[in-house]
Amino acid sequence: MIANPSIAVEFKRVMKSFGAKHVLSDVSFQIDHGQALCLLGRSGTGKSVTLKMIMALMRPDSGEVWVDQDNVVGMGEHRLSIVRKKLGYLFQDAALFDSLSLYENLALPLSRLTRKSKDEIDDIIRRVLTDVGLGTDGAKYPSALSGGMKKRAGLARALVLEPKILLADEPSSGLDRITASEIDELLLRRKTEHGTALIIVTHDVHGARRVADKVAVLDKGNLVAFGSVEEVSQSDNGVARRLITE
Amino acid sequence: MRWVSRLFEFVGKVGLFSLRVLIDWPKPPFEFAQLSRQLAEVGNKSLVLVVVSGFALGAVMTLHTRSTLVTFGATAMIPAVQAVSFFVEIGPLVAGLLLAGRVGSGIGAVLANMRASEQIDAIESLSIDSFKFLVVPRVLACVVALPFLTLFMDFAGLLGGFLSEELSSHIAPALYLNHAFDYLQWSNFIAPTLKTAVFGFIIGSVSSYFGYTTDKGAQGVGEAATNSVVVSSLLIIVADVLLIKCIFFLFPDTAI
Repeated sequence: MIANPSIAVEFKRVMKSFGAKHVLSDVSFQIDHGQALCLLGRSGTGKSVTLKMIMALMRPDSGEVWVDQDNVVGMGEHRLSIVRKKLGYLFQDAALFDSLSLYENLALPLSRLTRKSKDEIDDIIRRVLTDVGLGTDGAKYPSALSGGMKKRAGLARALVLEPKILLADEPSSGLDRITASEIDELLLRRKTEHGTALIIVTHDVHGARRVADKVAVLDKGNLVAFGSVEEVSQSDNGVARRLITE
Repeated sequence: MRWVSRLFEFVGKVGLFSLRVLIDWPKPPFEFAQLSRQLAEVGNKSLVLVVVSGFALGAVMTLHTRSTLVTFGATAMIPAVQAVSFFVEIGPLVAGLLLAGRVGSGIGAVLANMRASEQIDAIESLSIDSFKFLVVPRVLACVVALPFLTLFMDFAGLLGGFLSEELSSHIAPALYLNHAFDYLQWSNFIAPTLKTAVFGFIIGSVSSYFGYTTDKGAQGVGEAATNSVVVSSLLIIVADVLLIKCIFFLFPDTAI
């Protein structure tokens, strides 16, 4: 069991394979509350799988995944639903529900998982949408939103329950430099103003340098470097050095 | 022999998936909002298709039946033949097959798209049971809507038959209805209409299975839609044969 309550997420010797392909091999790391960890690595090296394991959307073949003092591996659905309330997840393509308006996308978790009144829910949604710059777009459907707006909307939905830990899968992918920078700014504010732990999968080294307290580099299923940006940039591992410096 | 083992594996998976629907639907939380949304999608939006198809089929059937019965001088039997064949078999079966085409493909494609675009993962990440939220309301909507759609198809078929017959023989509406229901008993009407609830369960659960369990990304969307229609239609026809035997067993009068 995690003795230290300051730890937000910890991986202990996690392994995962899909058929003959080893996606994660003996991966261990930890991240504290209020810190930001950026997961870097080439495509197909297990970064998104790592996020899905934290959310228990995928189970490891072996090892332990601790989330705020709970091992989510093998956890039953009821307890899992309690742990998941501490987590927010920004999916790569936002994964907004097509059939619901932006307002309804945000209202769904609030109405299902809290006992808040309609007025309280309205207030929360208005505030969160304003925070991400979509204050006037609540009535729009996902199909009417641009790529950047979808990312912001996905972030708003991930934040609406005030999670202690935010998982973000390539929050800046497919966005122009300015919009990507605005998303980074939103994430950074979340960390500094609310003490939310961030675990971000990204290929954007500029964003990682700006947001991350720690960087983890995955290559061929192995964690080849872990530490601050400076430490990883001086790593013995060539892939890690190239990823963080180029 | 590999295809045999794959067939059994598939039957087992669909069976367990359907069993989960049966186990989960009476348990809270009840997704009334989703159910009402799906009832509108399955029921209201299929109504025009079912009524127009029933009407056209009724008219065409009467034209064919007339040309045969004229030979035997039995044209007075046309309304009864029309009513019995529609209420007992054609209405339930055609309504089921039409719904498998329109709704089955829709359910398969929508759920497969939600899987490919991580919307189902997003629902799980919000501590919501995606199976109860997405699958159970769709299956229930099919189970509830199909018997009602079948009734609309039956009466639209009767109306189509009447108009066709009226143009040929100028039969009065009251006389047509009188003849139509002469040979129809409640057991001819209730059991075949209720059997469409089983067709609805097949359409809902099979289509949801293909959509919900796909893991092929965008390619899986098309596959799920096609497989939903093909397998649902096939199972409806097979189930029809079995259910007719059950109806004959429970209502022996109808077997004559």
